[in-house]
Amino acid sequence: MAQSLFDWSWVLDNLGEIWAQLAEHIVLTVVPVGLGFLMAFPMALASIRWPRLYSPLLGVAGILFSIPTLALFVVMIPFTGLSKATAIIPLTLYTLLILLRNTVEGLKGVPSHVREAAEAMGYTRTRQLFRIELPLAVPVIIAGLRIATVNTIAYVAITALIGQGGLGNLFMDGFLRQYPTPLIVGLVLSVLLAVAADLGLLGVQHVLTPWQRDPG
Amino acid sequence: MITFESVTKRYADGTVAADDVSFEVPEGELVVLVGPSGCGKTTTLRMVNRMIEPTDGRITVNGEDAASVPAPRLRRDIGYVIQQVGLFPHLTIADNVATVPSLIGWDKERIGERVEELINTVGLSQEVASRYPRQLSGGQQQRVGVARALAADPPIMLMDEPFGAVDPIVRESLQDEFLRLQRELKKTILFVTHDIDEAMKMGDRIAIFNVGGILEQYATPTDLLATPANDFVVDFLGAERNLKRLALIPVSAVEHEIGPLVSEDDSSSRAQEVARESGTDWVLVTDTEKQVKGWVSINDLDGQGTVGEAEIQPFDTFVTQDESLRAALDGMVESHLNVAVRVDGDGRYEGVVTHNTLTGELK
Repeated sequence: MAQSLFDWSWVLDNLGEIWAQLAEHIVLTVVPVGLGFLMAFPMALASIRWPRLYSPLLGVAGILFSIPTLALFVVMIPFTGLSKATAIIPLTLYTLLILLRNTVEGLKGVPSHVREAAEAMGYTRTRQLFRIELPLAVPVIIAGLRIATVNTIAYVAITALIGQGGLGNLFMDGFLRQYPTPLIVGLVLSVLLAVAADLGLLGVQHVLTPWQRDPG
Repeated sequence: MITFESVTKRYADGTVAADDVSFEVPEGELVVLVGPSGCGKTTTLRMVNRMIEPTDGRITVNGEDAASVPAPRLRRDIGYVIQQVGLFPHLTIADNVATVPSLIGWDKERIGERVEELINTVGLSQEVASRYPRQLSGGQQQRVGVARALAADPPIMLMDEPFGAVDPIVRESLQDEFLRLQRELKKTILFVTHDIDEAMKMGDRIAIFNVGGILEQYATPTDLLATPANDFVVDFLGAERNLKRLALIPVSAVEHEIGPLVSEDDSSSRAQEVARESGTDWVLVTDTEKQVKGWVSINDLDGQGTVGEAEIQPFDTFVTQDESLRAALDGMVESHLNVAVRVDGDGRYEGVVTHNTLTGELK
């Protein structure tokens, strides 16, 4: 029997399931990127304050990033079982390299004469960091968040293998049943999700950096 | 007032940026630190607001030992202007200017009024207030830099090559405007430049530094040119030292003579007598309103009834009391008569400045 490549009736019958997996996918993206940023940010500040810390921190984040995704999930299972944490912890660790590096580079990219002027005006160190250096680092930090987010959206799918997975479950379903419709739906939605997240972060950057817009 | 008392700055690698430097910046004066690169002039400047800490010696700012005041507090009383300006790119011009008033906690209304006033003071239009730095030209940014430094009305200003990054024409007008401003504000200013001409123009006093942080001479521009302390200073002051001295002396500072003056209605014989009396072979002719008509050679007076009938040669150059003796010298060369004609603001004859007066002044 000839099976059509795409079956709209399956989509209509499973709308609830599709939404649930999409929502799950979003949670499994937002939580690790958010946690990753919460970890990377103080690490970045420490790296700026004590430059000697930067190399080792970056090294550790780099090693974590280089561990194959699936291996890291499997390693987690004895500790956290097939829970959400098993997915979230590795996904969080994967974001560290990019978020740490971009935050540090963003802060380092503040022109030295701007920093010198701030110091000479009588800014205290902390105030200078939050009022001058961080706002100027926003474009580079957000660039990091964009890469980390798109990466994480891709990795989430793999966690279907350990019982999580969001849209990855649709891939699995389609693959196991040799039935392309869910696979296509999962694929299209995860691409759309990545594009939407990327544009959303660009929008955030636009709002946060009025000074970068062209003169009107 | 700023005083340096035996200040030395030695870096870990052995470089010396200030070698037992002592001098005093008197209240309300603009002192220029000048010297070749590597002479430590910027380091010396930055030790005042403790961007750099001295290895040895003491710097006092308005009688207080700088080292005894917490650096951020010290800096809020010291305006700071640098060549790259260092405006905060993410803040509007108004917010940039408001930096120090906000830091020291002025209320919004007072800050707003002050910003508006300063934007006028530095010659910008109020429209720039809501713009961002990158939307301004280099010259405009530099003005904002000066406004920001002046914002909380600090008694002291540090300026590190503040006009170095703009083109020569803009630089000259920024210098002129700043000097005009300084005459009103009477800030105590330390000003770094590598350009001796800028130093001469801006400085009430000049400190000439040599490589290795050695203060070679500290004097007023006229004293520097008249009595340079050593060969280094002579070299640094450059060629045409006497012309530079003349450029610093206003015409009003020297005597002028009435000269062989006649009216165009005077008789030729009267004019020849005037010339004889003053030992010249020419007379200077004015009309009844004391406007200068020019000069006449006594030879051309022969056979003429009055001076006005003879051929009058015009002067191309006049000087007024505010111009420099260098301009007077230019007038002398121009007229071939060894005098420069001095007139008042309305072009009325005041007298002549002679070559002898100039050479006398240079002795």
